[in-house]
Amino acid sequence: MGQDTELTALTLSQARDGLRAKEFSARELTQSFVDRVAASEKLNAYILQTPERALEAADQSDARLGTDDARPLEGLPIGVKDLFCTNGVRTTACSNILGDFTPTYESKVTENLWADGALMLGKLNNDEFAMGSSNETSAFGVCLNPWRAEDGEPLVPGGSSGGSSAAMAARLGLAATATDTGGSIRQPAALTGTVGLKPTYGRCSRWGIVAFASSLDQAGPITRTVRDSAIMLASMAGHDARDTTSVDMAVPDYEVALTGDVRGLRIGVPREYRLDTMPSEIEALWQQGMDWLRDAGAEIVDVSLPHTKYALPAYYIIAPAEASSNLARYDGVRYGARKMGVDIDDMYARTRGAGFGDEVQRRLLVGTYVLSAGYYDAYYLKALQVRRLIAQDFENAYQNCDLLLTPTTPSAAFGLDKGEADPLEMYLNDVFTVTVNLAGLPGISVPAGLDAKGLPLGLQLIGKAFGEEELLRAAQVLETAAAFSAAPTEWWTKS
Amino acid sequence: MVRRIAGLARIEVDDEKLPKLAGELSAILGFVEQLSEVDTTDVKPYTSPVEMQIKARADAVTDGGYPEDILANAPEKDDGYFAVPKVVE
Repeated sequence: MGQDTELTALTLSQARDGLRAKEFSARELTQSFVDRVAASEKLNAYILQTPERALEAADQSDARLGTDDARPLEGLPIGVKDLFCTNGVRTTACSNILGDFTPTYESKVTENLWADGALMLGKLNNDEFAMGSSNETSAFGVCLNPWRAEDGEPLVPGGSSGGSSAAMAARLGLAATATDTGGSIRQPAALTGTVGLKPTYGRCSRWGIVAFASSLDQAGPITRTVRDSAIMLASMAGHDARDTTSVDMAVPDYEVALTGDVRGLRIGVPREYRLDTMPSEIEALWQQGMDWLRDAGAEIVDVSLPHTKYALPAYYIIAPAEASSNLARYDGVRYGARKMGVDIDDMYARTRGAGFGDEVQRRLLVGTYVLSAGYYDAYYLKALQVRRLIAQDFENAYQNCDLLLTPTTPSAAFGLDKGEADPLEMYLNDVFTVTVNLAGLPGISVPAGLDAKGLPLGLQLIGKAFGEEELLRAAQVLETAAAFSAAPTEWWTKS
Repeated sequence: MVRRIAGLARIEVDDEKLPKLAGELSAILGFVEQLSEVDTTDVKPYTSPVEMQIKARADAVTDGGYPEDILANAPEKDDGYFAVPKVVE
């Protein structure tokens, strides 16, 4: 095993400690990842690589390391979901309608990361405008899951943050940024054996992130360990005057919260999450998760979230409604790919017809319909009322427990074209994750085991609003107990 | 119906795509129809997960003065403005 292999095998926290101890340089570390990313094109995780920028930043980090100028993430190479605007680097949300859009500004979350010394390896694939659960709606084509079952069938990495999850499973960076509107961080993390953390709504600024559904969108990390997610969140989070929904609260040191002690913590298990269609191995893993936490000194309690079955229908009104408003800006006037028409209205319609993919068009049409005159009360207002009932379910459950434990997804990674015949089938992937967005709560997926085909499965912990410290602490206990150490076979590096 | 919604959404849809799209939209609307089972009498609509007073800021100009940045990605620009097809005859 050469040094390059060893360096890319490190976790974020190990690499940080190694840099500080001068065991290797930021340039050596970054070069290892640059080379590994360059050899990973079969996966299609990175849709844009920025090696020169990364190596230049690494040299600057090397000058700071060992001095008082060293910052918390000094010299650590990461990947960025293409939903985050990056100054001077093409940002497309993986949609044709953005063409070669090159922002002249930086998203607040990535600005925070660069200010803390992290550096960018490139932009990561995702479903178009983050609308999808398989990465297949990307204008750059599907990103493949590094994991394969024995039959070798290509599998999706989940979505919408499929590039981020695939990159972490394939060790194409120390961490990745991602976003979660209905499960887009946690579901892909579960399908790739990685850790995905969706923070409380308002914890991170949404400024400079391409908007999908503004009352649901939240940025967070995908990493290989719970500790790495804690380190990333501490840098990504914080108040920003340019996002009025970002909260003005101090950002805790999340890493310090990882004490490994969950004694006396009450873990709620929501009975409505027990689906008849759920594979028995997911049921068994969930039980195993309860046992692990109980063995660590936590108490398992039965709770009820009675409106769970209405979460997906409410989501598929609220999210498209907000999207139809947010995506009105793509009209071929100020940026993106324009398609000329006979007049300006025709130009709008042709630009949007040619620029948006099928899934985005479907959702924009649904959103336009539910907000249109005569249907607003029956659909949109009704969904907002049901959303309150769903949020109240959680408040009631938290009278009797501190955290909730559920499976992250109803199945392991699946093959291509699953949603081709029936888009609704794809939507059902988010059945365990979408409730958390509707209630604005934090949630995390931790790799917990393998199914019979050898594919990873995740368990989800859900916290109270701004309870990320408790959430991460319990997640790490789960991670330690699961001792998930499996890794995918590296088929993608072969020529 | 789909044509009317597509018109409102300003999305050009090819005629041959309409039947398939109509079927998909009907399926999605049928799915969300489940919400009608829920009794929401006297339930206030939920509008934001953040229970807080949104901060007011001073009504002052705090940004601007870089038209080149604003126009940098314009499909067509003319003399410091975005250019579009003629709107008024």
